[in-house]
Amino acid sequence: MPEKHYLNATYGIRSWLLTTDHKRIALLWLAAVTFFFFVGGFFAMMIRLHLLTPNGYLLTPDMYNRMFTMHGVTMVFFFLIPSIPAILGNFLIPMMIGAKDLAFPKINLLSWYIYIIGGLFTLWAMVNGGLDTGWTFYTPLSTVYSNSAVGPAVIGVFINGFSSILTGLNFLVTVHTMRAPGMTWFRLPLFVWAHYATSIVMILGTPVIAITLALAGMERLFGLGFFNPAMGGDPILFQHLFWFYSHPAVYIMILPAMGVISELIPTFARKRLFGYHFVAAASLAIAVIGFLVWTHHMFLTGQSTYAAVAFSFLTFIVAIPSAIKTFNWTATLFGGSISFDTPMLYAFGFLGLFMIGGLTGLFLGALGVDINIHDTYFVVAHFHYIMVGGAVMGYLGGLHFWWPKITGRMYPEWLARIAAFILFIGFNFTFFPQFILGIMGMPRRYHMYPPEFQIYNVMSTAGASILAVGYLLPMVYLTWAAFYGKVAGDNPWPATGLEWKTQSPPLTENFDVTPVVTWEAYDFHNRPDLWTDVPGGKGSPVVAPAHGDD
Amino acid sequence: MQSPLPTFPEQASNFAGDVDTLFSFILMTTLFFAVLVTVLIIFAAFKFRRRSEKEVGDDVHGNNVLEVGWTLIPTIIAIGIFAWGAAIYVNYRIPPKDTLDIYVIGKQWMWKLQQPNGRKEINELHVPLNKNVKLIMGSEDVIHDFYVPAFRVKMDVVPGRYNTMWFRPTKTGKYHFFCSQYCGTNHAVMGGWVTVMDPAEYAAWLSGESGDVNPVSAGERLFTQLACVTCHLSNGTGRAPSLNGVFGAKVLLADGSIVVADEAYIRESILQPNAKIVAGYAPVMPTFQGLVTEEQIMNLTAYIKSLQSQPVPAKGAGIAPATAGKK
Amino acid sequence: MHRTGALFGQFKTLEQQKDTATLGMWIFLVTEVMFFGGIMLAYTINRHTYFHAFAMGSNTLSLGLGGFNTVVLLASSFTMAMAVWSAQTSRKQLITLFLSLTLLLGFVFFGVKYVEYAQKFHHHLVPGKNFDISYCVNNPTKCEDVDAADMAKEREELEVAAKADPDLNAHAQLYYSAYFGMTGLHALHMVIGAGLLFWLLRESVAGRFNAEWNNPVDIVGLYWHFVDIVWIYLFPLLYLIDRHK
Repeated sequence: MPEKHYLNATYGIRSWLLTTDHKRIALLWLAAVTFFFFVGGFFAMMIRLHLLTPNGYLLTPDMYNRMFTMHGVTMVFFFLIPSIPAILGNFLIPMMIGAKDLAFPKINLLSWYIYIIGGLFTLWAMVNGGLDTGWTFYTPLSTVYSNSAVGPAVIGVFINGFSSILTGLNFLVTVHTMRAPGMTWFRLPLFVWAHYATSIVMILGTPVIAITLALAGMERLFGLGFFNPAMGGDPILFQHLFWFYSHPAVYIMILPAMGVISELIPTFARKRLFGYHFVAAASLAIAVIGFLVWTHHMFLTGQSTYAAVAFSFLTFIVAIPSAIKTFNWTATLFGGSISFDTPMLYAFGFLGLFMIGGLTGLFLGALGVDINIHDTYFVVAHFHYIMVGGAVMGYLGGLHFWWPKITGRMYPEWLARIAAFILFIGFNFTFFPQFILGIMGMPRRYHMYPPEFQIYNVMSTAGASILAVGYLLPMVYLTWAAFYGKVAGDNPWPATGLEWKTQSPPLTENFDVTPVVTWEAYDFHNRPDLWTDVPGGKGSPVVAPAHGDD
Repeated sequence: MQSPLPTFPEQASNFAGDVDTLFSFILMTTLFFAVLVTVLIIFAAFKFRRRSEKEVGDDVHGNNVLEVGWTLIPTIIAIGIFAWGAAIYVNYRIPPKDTLDIYVIGKQWMWKLQQPNGRKEINELHVPLNKNVKLIMGSEDVIHDFYVPAFRVKMDVVPGRYNTMWFRPTKTGKYHFFCSQYCGTNHAVMGGWVTVMDPAEYAAWLSGESGDVNPVSAGERLFTQLACVTCHLSNGTGRAPSLNGVFGAKVLLADGSIVVADEAYIRESILQPNAKIVAGYAPVMPTFQGLVTEEQIMNLTAYIKSLQSQPVPAKGAGIAPATAGKK
Repeated sequence: MHRTGALFGQFKTLEQQKDTATLGMWIFLVTEVMFFGGIMLAYTINRHTYFHAFAMGSNTLSLGLGGFNTVVLLASSFTMAMAVWSAQTSRKQLITLFLSLTLLLGFVFFGVKYVEYAQKFHHHLVPGKNFDISYCVNNPTKCEDVDAADMAKEREELEVAAKADPDLNAHAQLYYSAYFGMTGLHALHMVIGAGLLFWLLRESVAGRFNAEWNNPVDIVGLYWHFVDIVWIYLFPLLYLIDRHK
């Protein structure tokens, strides 16, 4: 382990709570996001336990409705949206581009504090009245009829939105202005491209949910009537404004995970990513086209048939860039030198599960089929395959991959592989039966159901208990490994990114000397320095990796 | 008939077969690509597994032909699926002309349904086999949704507007319907049964023990009680247009535009009379907002519908001149 | 990260710092466009649906005060631009002068806004239980600040509007919700802008800005101009409905 690094550079709680080091901030995010993941996971557990029986004896209807609402709000706003960008993005992007920090380090810290404040507000609402409107807050249920703490919850989510905006702003500016000499746009790792695209969505979309929630909150608190038909308002206007952000939001959740996969596959196949430019372009295409499909959540609200047809068409178009990426990832494997370390297992899991999730989106985008499966468990299964099977797998794969860089120590490989398998199996048992439930006609958000649906609900809950083990294991062993794992060295895999040319864990300033980049991304052929762990060793190029003992 | 796909509900409406066929097609197509990609991944993972510690993969940048290929082919398939789905949907959104109209009101947490002769049902819907049925739906409070899995149909029920949906039952039996838009505490309980009967049985059921008032006569009574009849003289000499023949016909408005007088138009005319003024008339109709319930509006609409076959006066008709005399 | 003079540690050159901060401010302004855009969209849709109520609401606003405020903000944008120019040309005393003028004009805007808001409060035009669009027409003695000619016009307009829209009061309340929402948000942004100007003033009095380093003045200027542009949209949207008669 190097003597000096960012973790021991300064001591004391103030040095952490007032840090502007992007790496420490990333760890602050890791702690906070993990906490909210457990909160959201608790609600999920309550849902699945309750649904073991058709008559649901575990919770009252109002309690159940609060469980699924708060599960959704916590997971969407406080876990999925920040997870990869705020933890891995914050930690890695400056190093990946050869910079000392992000463009605005203090704003980076502010973003975390805003998240904490928004999160605490929302938590407070959850224990003081709870929230039972669904995470979608449809009006007039949320603004007029609900007896839950809608106002405070909406304020919490509103505040949290600014955290997203500031992170996106920071990333965009950083990628534009802070790249090291020689780090041209097309030498950037695809993880950076993915976060660039994500940041565009954050910047353009989040302000709209902010104003929408502000209007809904004001309606709730002051009795206004924008969305209340009894006062001449239009509940469908709320849905348009809501989904204008919330659809692109799902791309905020998946694009970073795709970015992680684009790092994992080349690394563990030791081969350039096939079709680099196409994958980069596909990320941007997803971000842009993603803003044009929101009404596919509203095909059955009674809106114009023409509008529905147009949005269905666009929905099919937005699927194409994801398909392109999947094909490119697969093609990268051919001719590679593939190893099956845990991050790669997560990448394989992602490929399979994201593919199923994405393809089931085609069923939903097809108007004629959507009539039948809209608002059923088919939708629930679809988005969980992408969010959990996709985004969370990407997140865990990334955590494992970069854990040695973040902590300087390796996680236990065999235990991690077993955990990955448990997770994969548990996941499929949890969510595949839900496709069947949807086809059979079980609607979403039901605290009770007809008895013929029970078998698949039981299967799903059984799977969830396995899935829970799959999540707990990494929490435990990653924490253990951070203190007691085997010392990893600068580049244990080895991987080609600039972040791996720093020591593990890195110095606070990342690089002693500003790197000058002369190589392409994922180039395993012209990088003899990958195989030497010593600064100035045989064949190492211009960069001098920083070590504390120089 | 039983659906060809496992775990699917029975097919009991005209839409079910079409929806299931498209679903099967999408399933087969997506399954094909999913299996193809999975096999390729497993094959590659096996064939190209690392054999020595410092081994690296080939130095391949990409292949533009492949990129174009695997962009175009999915796009074409996607557009095909889109078009097929859109066709079913457009057919679903545009009801045929001859329908048995049933009024539906969703409210927390029950459904009130009204047959054409006034017979009311709660959480139950009886319909005749092989007849086109149209549901005209309103909500008294929040957004609900009427969903019949065996028919493969659903539609949101939104407060402040009417939404319509139609279907033709093709198999007798009892089928579940559900509320399919989260609406609060008892959303999960807000369902019931659709019973499809042979037409003769349905007719018998309809006329039996109703005890309920025919919506047309209820509407006619309201029409007098609320003094509509004082302006809307049927001979066209009143201050308001005659309503004979109006329902379903084209109406010429003061601003020159033409609208079709459907249920939504009737409802709007009652609640916001100055939204659309018929050509040649003054905007003097008072609003009945707050003075009539959704049910009463439905009864008035049923009454106005019953005037479709009444003789249309030459002057003072509510309908557009170009189509006068058609009905 | 250490700071040497004006240069923050994560940057290599002042040039890079300047470009970064400027880009950051532009992107932030894009988010503000999306934010205000959302409420302007909701407003525009409702204005189309409830034209009479919205026109009625709009006509209760004072064209004089609104117009005056528009001139005030435009002037403040001018003085802000002059402050940037002064910084770019190292005219240190002028920077302070122009920043002060900008701030002063901002306060004039707040003053006028206060007068307008107070008027709305007295005329029962604040959304809530006491909202009543017909209050002044029915109680002319309580609304002395509306002169006779305007009062007559308002009475006439109220009659026509009430006939056309039975829910006039509810829809007019929608107008006022949007009015307070939009102008309130705008005022909040101006308060933040005023805070930024105070900070700039302090720095400029300390002599920090010159031709070499004037980026903070530049980007606060961008922000201030944006807030001005938002008002340029709000003024016609809110004050000028149906004025062509």
